[in-house]
Amino acid sequence: MTPEFTETMVLTFKVAAITTGVLLVLGIPLAYWLAYTKRRLRVVVETLVSMPLVLPPTVLGFYLLVSFSPANFLGQWIEEWFDLRLVFTFEGVIVGSILFSMPFMVHPLQSGFSSIPVSLREAAATLGMSRLRTLFVVLLPNMKPALLAGSVLSFAHTVGEFGVVLMVGGNMAGETRMASIAIYDRVEALDYATAHQYAFVLFAITFSILLLVYLVNRRFSRMELT
Amino acid sequence: MIRLDVKKQLHTADGHMDLVFQAHIGQAEFATLFGPSGVGKTTLLRMIAGLLEPDEGLIQVEGITWYDSKAKINLSPRRRSVGMVFQDYALFPNLTVAENIGVALPRSQRAAAVAELLEVAGLRELANRKIDRLSGGQRQRVGLARALARRPSILLLDEPLSALDLTMRLKLQEELLALHRRYQPATVLVSHDLSEVFRLSHTVYVLDRGKVIRSGTPSQVFTASQTSNKFRFTGEVVHIEPSGLIFVVHILVGNDVVQVIATEQERTALNVGTRVMIASKAFNPLIMVME
Repeated sequence: MTPEFTETMVLTFKVAAITTGVLLVLGIPLAYWLAYTKRRLRVVVETLVSMPLVLPPTVLGFYLLVSFSPANFLGQWIEEWFDLRLVFTFEGVIVGSILFSMPFMVHPLQSGFSSIPVSLREAAATLGMSRLRTLFVVLLPNMKPALLAGSVLSFAHTVGEFGVVLMVGGNMAGETRMASIAIYDRVEALDYATAHQYAFVLFAITFSILLLVYLVNRRFSRMELT
Repeated sequence: MIRLDVKKQLHTADGHMDLVFQAHIGQAEFATLFGPSGVGKTTLLRMIAGLLEPDEGLIQVEGITWYDSKAKINLSPRRRSVGMVFQDYALFPNLTVAENIGVALPRSQRAAAVAELLEVAGLRELANRKIDRLSGGQRQRVGLARALARRPSILLLDEPLSALDLTMRLKLQEELLALHRRYQPATVLVSHDLSEVFRLSHTVYVLDRGKVIRSGTPSQVFTASQTSNKFRFTGEVVHIEPSGLIFVVHILVGNDVVQVIATEQERTALNVGTRVMIASKAFNPLIMVME
């Protein structure tokens, strides 16, 4: 294994870990709102969150590239206020991944929230528990399989992301080159051995993660007998 | 003192139904809402708890206005001093028995209050059990202890005993009475079990299609209005024959024909096919025409 290979793998998992972490923090309130609100606006937000499932990644990537470009208003504004450039940078890859993996976090969490009996939330309310306390003491602990599923799917999906990252991040070693891009890069250079190295590691890791999830989920569902 | 005066239009399987309810419930009073399912009993409890908003009316508990449609006041359930036992108990499955009971209490009071309630509700040995390891009766006790933990002004019980078998139900009725005597919350019970109403409540409100049709003490409501019958059957007149100065009325009750004596005056209301009720006080059977 070359240092370049290690560097790319480390970068890939770093992006996936940060994306998953941020998505947990953003996804919980968003999924909570989507699961419980009665507002009409919900349908619009639901559609936006689900868009990356059907939108070609290059389309999302293209628009992100254009809007994050310092030549345009949004990119300029972000650069002035946060001193942050989002095109062809590590941070840009993170932002792109977050948007693109959003449905993989929000959907499991949303169905997790919806699956909790209404009477549990009502009981918490009649006991005078605040919404925040209800979330942490009653709701989240009773939807662990959903939390696990959301985190793992987001992580795995970010590891395998190609289109958005290539468009927003480009192919810069150690900065924006993720494993899936490295595979493409190596195949173009006819370096099949290295490409296979990347591909096999991704395959093995993804398989183990999913296997672990199914095993853990089986244990959860056995625990919840009633 | 609790003042209730609420109205709400409900959409039921057979069209609209106006739920109208007015009552004054005294401190430590045990009131029961009685009636068949679908007459709005649970809806009333939910409106008192704040889980459902009435269309109009007033709810005042111990001088505090919880709901007033005119003044546009509607306290959220979190700010109402209620304890509610749900039909499915709604216990938190991720917490133990002791944690369920203490979950709503401030940390400083928690240990002492939980210990007392565990003792009173007979749950001490089960304190560290998870909810899925409890029987129905044990769950019911936990639900009740949890509802009482914050010493609510009003305790709401939504058919808490309906899922239990008869022996367990009788036992828990006793325990419920004991807990009520000890903590003395004003209590509203929803029930469709007559014996439960008699054993537990001071006052009963009989509901039918959203309206209170009778109210008072259980004995007033269920016996006085029915002439303290010793027994009664319903049946259908199948034959009437004169016998001297009186008439012998043959009435089909179930699969048996019963013969009852009627005077000429009583007979005038009776025809073959009339639905009647036969009731007996001590010695004299009476025949009453039913609608």
